[in-house]
This record gives sequence, C-alpha cells and structure tokens, in this order.
Amino acid sequence: MMTPLVLWLTLIYIGLLTFAIRLSFITIFGRREIPSFLQSTLRFVPVAVLSAIIFPALFLYGNKLDLSVSNTRLLAGILAAIVAWRTKNVLSTIVVGMVVLWLLQVFVK
Amino acid sequence: MITRHSEFLNGIKAELPILMGVVPFGLIYGVAARSAGIPPLAGQSMSFIVFAGSAQFVTAQLIGAGVPAGIIILTGFIVNLRHALYSASLAPYLKRLNIRWRMLLAYLLTDEAYAVAITHYQKPGDISRKHWYFLGAGLALWSTWQASTAIGIVLGNQLPASWSLDFALPLTFIALVVPNLKDRAGTAAAATAGIVAILTAGLPYKLGLIVATFAGISIGIFLESMKSKRTMVLKGEDGAGQIRSIVETPVGCPGATTIEHTDKEGK
Repeated sequence: MMTPLVLWLTLIYIGLLTFAIRLSFITIFGRREIPSFLQSTLRFVPVAVLSAIIFPALFLYGNKLDLSVSNTRLLAGILAAIVAWRTKNVLSTIVVGMVVLWLLQVFVK
Repeated sequence: MITRHSEFLNGIKAELPILMGVVPFGLIYGVAARSAGIPPLAGQSMSFIVFAGSAQFVTAQLIGAGVPAGIIILTGFIVNLRHALYSASLAPYLKRLNIRWRMLLAYLLTDEAYAVAITHYQKPGDISRKHWYFLGAGLALWSTWQASTAIGIVLGNQLPASWSLDFALPLTFIALVVPNLKDRAGTAAAATAGIVAILTAGLPYKLGLIVATFAGISIGIFLESMKSKRTMVLKGEDGAGQIRSIVETPVGCPGATTIEHTDKEGK
C-alpha cells in the first residue's frame, strides 16, 4: 500500500488528467476543425478500451481461460450482448445479464 | 417554447434508465476501494476528483495490487482517453458557451452523460438551451454516483459476493459497445483489443490493458486505411453504386445509447 501522500497525489493527477482530456476539444478546438486523422484514431478508443475490460471479465476465471459451460459469466455476457445488439437498450442489457447470471449460478452450483 | 427548466428536467429524465446500471457499479466500486485498502475518505474523494467509473475501478484494483503510482496514472489516463472523443464530438455544440459552462460540462462528461447529451444535440430543434439538458443529465449521474459509491464504501464487505454486483461493470460496457459495432474496422478493433487483453492478462501491473487498447486501435486504423484505398479504387472503376455497399450507414435510433458521435464524416 502506498503512503497517504502518494495516494492523494495519484488521485489528484488522474483527476486533473481526466478533466484535461474532457475539456481538450471543447476548449482548444472550439473554433477549429478537428484533424481527420485524430478523429479517426479517437473513434476506435472507446470500443478498444471497453472491450479490453469486457473480454477478460467474461473469458477468464482466476487469470485462466475458461470456455466451459460452467463459466456462467461468459454465458450471461453473450446473452446480454445479444440483447444489447437487438434492443440497443442499456437497462435491458444489464437486467438480462444479471438475472441470467443469478439463475445460472443457482443451477450450476 | 422549451424553457431552461424543462430542458434541465428532461435531461434528468433521459438519464434515469442508465442510473439503474450506475447504482450497482457505484456500490461495487465502493466495495472494491475498501478491499483494496484505500481509506474511506480517499475512496469517496476519488469519486469527486476523478468522477469516471471504469478508471476509478481500475485504479482501486491497481492500488490494491501495489502497482507503482506512475503506472497507475498512465493506466488511468489511457482508460479515460476515450473522453477526448466525446469532447471532440460535443465541441461544435458547446462553442457558444462561456468558459465556466464549458468547464462545468467537461467535468460532468462521462460515458453515460455523453450518450444522453449527444442524442439530444443531434435531434433537430433550437440548441440554445440544450446545455441545460446536458447539465440535468450530468448532475443526475453525478449525484447518483456520489451516493452509490458512498454506500458501497460504508457497506464495504457486507455486500455478499454471491450477488456478483461486479458483473454490472462489464454488462454496462457491453451495452455501450455492442450497438456501436457498426462497421468492420470498429468490430475488428473491439475483437482484437479483447483477445489481446485475454492473452496479456498475466502481464505485471495490468499492462495488458494498455497493450490491448493500442493493438485494437492499430487494427482499426489499419483496416480503415485499407478501406479508404479500396473505396477510392472502386470510385474510379465502378462509380458510386459500389461505394454504397462498402460504406455502411450508421444506424440512428431514437433513445438509443451511442458512445460515438457517428462516423458519417470522411467515409
């Protein structure tokens, strides 16, 4: 565990960087066109970061690949993805994913 | 005429369904912060200072794992870099606002507030008061986030692990990503990042997240550049009819959550 000073500085740095990122284009490029190269690069950032968080949460169990039927999170995640694809609705996706996970946990155990 | 007041209230209303996913996410962040050994005050301050769910969650995990501060800051930066896209896409709509408004809205610019705000800005109609809608959505999310992370921190480990509340995080992200996989380059970027993240899960300091993100972005840019070459070739040979089959039109759906400002330009 880091010292309290380092901990607080870490939080403040991340906070300032996050704020700077969010403010960046709203302020700097407010009156100018955003370079198209930058725009096409940024386009892939959300899907890449979020997928890099989603996949391990579904496929890994204790840092090991688990493709078995007993991987309840993978099954619930796939069903949730189908719901997201068909409905484009955040709430339905979360509700279906959680309920399926709970049901599977009951049956698999 | 639509007043500031009604814009503000409509913004709050539009945000409500998303809050259902934010509450469990906030709770589980609080629990994660406590179990990572972060003192309650610092844990709650992170919600205030950083105000970004996924970055806070990853930061808490890294602090708990004893990762050096420099790498934690770098990871937090990479995870939040996607907000630059949101900033870019909202910039044209906010350029007439003064700096105080811009700073306030920038602070409130999260995945969930962006999704609701951009959908509203893209609808036809007078935009002169739409920043109140953004403010309503942003503040609804902000207050829900502060309250739910505070409850999570207080409850700590009293929330049973069998509830699997941590699963609300990947589910929220699935809901944000899947509807945005509109073309081959984007889908390939997502799949590459995901697979590389699995392969690099064993790397120290969770560096796999950064490696996977860069791999995904590189594949996306590569396929995009291939496609624009191909489109140019076809334009020369066959005319516009062929191009339409390659360039997929973004699906606009009212009420849908889009994390990107559609990619209609430049394709």
